[in-house]
Amino acid sequence: MINKVVSDADSAIDGIQDNMTLMLGGFGLCGIPENSIGALVKSGVKGLTCISNNAGVDDFGLGLLLQGRQIKKMVSSYVGENDEFERQMLSGELEVDLIPQGSLAERCRAGGAGIPAFFTPAGYGTEIAEGKEVREFNGKPHILESALTADFAIVKAWKGDTNGNLVYKGTARNFNPAIAMAGKITIAEVEELVEPGELDPNFIHTPGIFIQRIFQGEKYEKRIEQRTVRMRD
Amino acid sequence: MLDKNGIAKRIAQELRDGWYVNLGIGIPTLVANYIPEGISVEFQSENGLLGMGPFPYEGEEDADMINAGKQTVTTLPGASIFDSSTSFAMIRGQHVQLTVLGAMEVADNGDIANWKIPGKMVKGMGGAMDLVASAENIIVAMMHANKAGESKLLTECTLPITGVQCVKKVVTNLAVMDITPEGFKLLERAPGVSVEEIQNATAGRLVVEGEIPEMIL
Repeated sequence: MINKVVSDADSAIDGIQDNMTLMLGGFGLCGIPENSIGALVKSGVKGLTCISNNAGVDDFGLGLLLQGRQIKKMVSSYVGENDEFERQMLSGELEVDLIPQGSLAERCRAGGAGIPAFFTPAGYGTEIAEGKEVREFNGKPHILESALTADFAIVKAWKGDTNGNLVYKGTARNFNPAIAMAGKITIAEVEELVEPGELDPNFIHTPGIFIQRIFQGEKYEKRIEQRTVRMRD
Repeated sequence: MLDKNGIAKRIAQELRDGWYVNLGIGIPTLVANYIPEGISVEFQSENGLLGMGPFPYEGEEDADMINAGKQTVTTLPGASIFDSSTSFAMIRGQHVQLTVLGAMEVADNGDIANWKIPGKMVKGMGGAMDLVASAENIIVAMMHANKAGESKLLTECTLPITGVQCVKKVVTNLAVMDITPEGFKLLERAPGVSVEEIQNATAGRLVVEGEIPEMIL
């Protein structure tokens, strides 16, 4: 049996080189692979293309890689919370490909599922449809979107076992399951790594077949972007 | 004239029992505060949550439980959590009955622009393009004019559009209008607002037929 368990984030990202394409799970700062991002910052790897729904904030998440000019291109649906991102994009230092969120999720899923492209109504008639094939189905125009894959995909789960089976918690699931399927090598970092048999097979979200490396993250800051609360009566 | 809460309250009257509803950021979020008596709806948040509840009590915030606006939220009994591609299967597959979202501009043919101001604002479209391309019922919640006092209801959008001919109804601080082949059809006036005021504030084609009643809130 191949051992998927690696000791820490530094060993997990072994083999990630300059100019590679990465996919990273998360929505905002929720469910992002914090420890792996920290290791990427430390490694100094550059020229990365990062496929991720968002780009973090200035001092957390993918914002840390932007600060160090380690990202060449971002492929995202929404990047509104990051001033450094906006500065690099407007100055032309950073290439950005903005994709409708549902198309981004489906393109990742398709990449992992062996579907090279699909038609979607999202974006028809807008500037993101420019240069894309249009076809009508049931009287409605759709545009052709292609699958996305990555040299490395990095996901974050709540619990995982040494076989790579993963369980996510709350809305930290988001893009992680689709992205887990789309990496040539997929790294999973988890809050708690357990032995096979400890997770109920009925409640596995990502089956271990999609995961090549797994480790327990050293610590999770889990920063909250918008802390909204209500008053007690 | 309505304030933002008034717009939300009027839109809440459009909710029907059993509907699944996606609310955008801003005024649309407020709609959840005005669900009419006797009606039960489930709110979908496109980051992967159905059955979204109110904000948590102070001290009970969970970083792993947020809505699409990245705000901490709770789940209601019977809620479910799923991944992003499943979430957009619900949206694209028309399983969500109503989408309420904000806009920078709406054209009288139903085109909407709400994601980009070239050279100025480049935050991205998030889920808006998927939502407007697929939802059967789209209501726009917005102010009638922008901060410069210019009409946001136009004959043609000047900003890059988010979707074509998709908006069905617009509720502003001044009026409720349906999108029809003839343009914005005026249905209701906000309290204290005259038809003339609405006509003057609307740059797109406005259809006024007969007496226009005042909204009942």
